[in-house]
Amino acid sequence: MNALSTTDSSSPSEISRPTSSPTSSPTLPQTPSPMTSHFLEIDGISKIYPTAKGSYTVLEDVNLTIDEGEFICLIGHSGCGKSTLLNMVAGLNKPTEGQILLKNQRITEPGPDRMVIFQNYSLLPWKTAYENVYLAVEQVYKHRSAQEKKDITLEHLELVGLTEAINKKPSQLSGGMKQRVAIARALATRPEVLIMDEPFGALDPITREEMQEELVNIWETHPSTVLMITHDLDEALFLADRLVMMTNGPSANIGEILEIPFPRPRNRAQVVESPKYRELRNHALDFLFRRFAHDDALE
Amino acid sequence: MRENRYFVCLLVPKQGFEFGIAEILLEIECPITLQRAMSANLTPPITKPNFLVSWLKNPPQKLFRPLIALLFILTLWQVLCGSPESSLPSPIKTFQDTSDLIFNPFFDNGGTDKGLFWQILASLQRVAVGYTLAAIVGIGLGILIGSNAFMFEALDPLFQILRTVPPLAWLPIALAGFQEANPSAIFVIFITAIWPIIINTTVGVQQIPQDYKNVAKVLRLKGFKYFREIMFPAAVPYIFTGLRIGIGLSWLAIVAAEMLVGGVGIGFFIWDSYNSSQLSEIILALIYVGVVGLILDRLVGWVASLVVPSEPQV
Ligand SMILES: Nc1ncnc2c1ncn2[C@@H]1O[C@H](COP(=O)(O)OP(=O)(O)OP(=O)(O)O)[C@@H](O)[C@H]1O
Ligand SMILES: [Mg+2]
Repeated sequence: MNALSTTDSSSPSEISRPTSSPTSSPTLPQTPSPMTSHFLEIDGISKIYPTAKGSYTVLEDVNLTIDEGEFICLIGHSGCGKSTLLNMVAGLNKPTEGQILLKNQRITEPGPDRMVIFQNYSLLPWKTAYENVYLAVEQVYKHRSAQEKKDITLEHLELVGLTEAINKKPSQLSGGMKQRVAIARALATRPEVLIMDEPFGALDPITREEMQEELVNIWETHPSTVLMITHDLDEALFLADRLVMMTNGPSANIGEILEIPFPRPRNRAQVVESPKYRELRNHALDFLFRRFAHDDALE
Repeated sequence: MRENRYFVCLLVPKQGFEFGIAEILLEIECPITLQRAMSANLTPPITKPNFLVSWLKNPPQKLFRPLIALLFILTLWQVLCGSPESSLPSPIKTFQDTSDLIFNPFFDNGGTDKGLFWQILASLQRVAVGYTLAAIVGIGLGILIGSNAFMFEALDPLFQILRTVPPLAWLPIALAGFQEANPSAIFVIFITAIWPIIINTTVGVQQIPQDYKNVAKVLRLKGFKYFREIMFPAAVPYIFTGLRIGIGLSWLAIVAAEMLVGGVGIGFFIWDSYNSSQLSEIILALIYVGVVGLILDRLVGWVASLVVPSEPQV
């Protein structure tokens, strides 16, 4: 990415504007298209819903490029179109205009290479934790033996610390455990992009922090590109490489992108105490509550 | 075998009755449904005689209260209809009049002059055929309509009208179409039971939460696998609601249909008894109809409890 310098703490230089791709790489002469250098490319996306009162433009001309292995957090006021945007990356929703390219392939339909973790877990209540994960494994590793599929399932349930509860149904699991199953299910398919729509929104603050740390640990050992919607600024600053802040709808867009330069592995206490953290946080708050204030309270 | 008899003996210390029930349970080949119904509800817990003894010594209140209520109603009935000039028989007179029928349910004098067992069996067979067809067609149509918005919009208004048609209103058309009594009665069962099955299955398929559909899409679950892993488990509680309403309506309809159609069957038995002024027989038949209807309902409920995932939807 065209990340700008992050040395000067008070200047707005740490903030990189979302770029329309053609201008971003004038120094790549030989490639047929300048877009080819990016892993995930959101290219001039607009989404217009026809409604009873005429058409409603949710997103207008959204551009974003994401590198492989990046952890991106998306923040913005309720209803601005965050879910709409990520659902288009997942393929659950189609853009009215523009296209999304994953490794230069246009995204047209959902698939397990872009696993989604939904806010409300979306576990199948008639299946146990094990069966929920196994269903995904079965779909993705069609040609593996039953034993291998079993091993993969168990390995990922173990990864999220759920060995004890694998035979419980979702109704017998706590919120945090359900979310762990959902994460295990998503990771077990080894997705190229992991899409999370407010994954920890329903959890209590303590469980949420635990889950954030587990997620980061897993992500560091099993790298993948992560796109995550959150309403929690601290969560975003702890987890993300870049924080994408959206303007208000209708016709929402990407307002700013904050680079979050803390080195990894991150220690929450250290991160929170650093002056940089304050500064990034204040900048984001300023964006959300002054420049793009909204009636709805954040968080 | 001996314990069976022992059980019945304990409940009703009367030789004849014991004999009758024991025979139904053990010695007669009845259709699967009846056998299951009987064994689910009446067969004594052979393996638990101790349980039985303690149960009889300390009858649970659940059983105690309905028994008191029953006794009260019987007494009231006896008082109201006890006088000789009463137009309806009293319970004691009913029992005296029908003891032959009660204790000998298996006689067969040819024609429609058969024991109550055969009458009920004939009705149950019609219901079994009509209801099974309704279940197969109803679930199939329900899934089709529920998963296809176009079909739903096209057919739902039609079904909403047709389902309000009283069962017997179909009978003349059925008779005209089939030219025969038995298929017509079965058709009436079919057409009565199918609407709640279709409508509930449709709702069941339509209410599948978007979340589950999204999971299916992301995992690319399609075709039969989608049906097996997502659609059926999500819709099955609704399907069984429909099946349970359906069996109740079938049993309601069969009695009325048989009254008009004739032949062997509990409905025609009632009508025949009325024509020969055997009011006691009608009362006995009504009790049997009620008990069999309850057993059918519980049977479907029991199957549902085996099939429907017990966990509440999250
Ligand atoms: N099918 C639809 N038809 C019409 N409008 C829609 C449809 N789906 C979403 N919208 C509108 O699009 C806008 C963006 O919705 P979206 O769910 O993406 O918001 P969001 O940013 O995820 O909000 P939240 O933070 O509350 O989850 C909302 O104003 C919503 O009303
Ligand atoms: Mg959302």
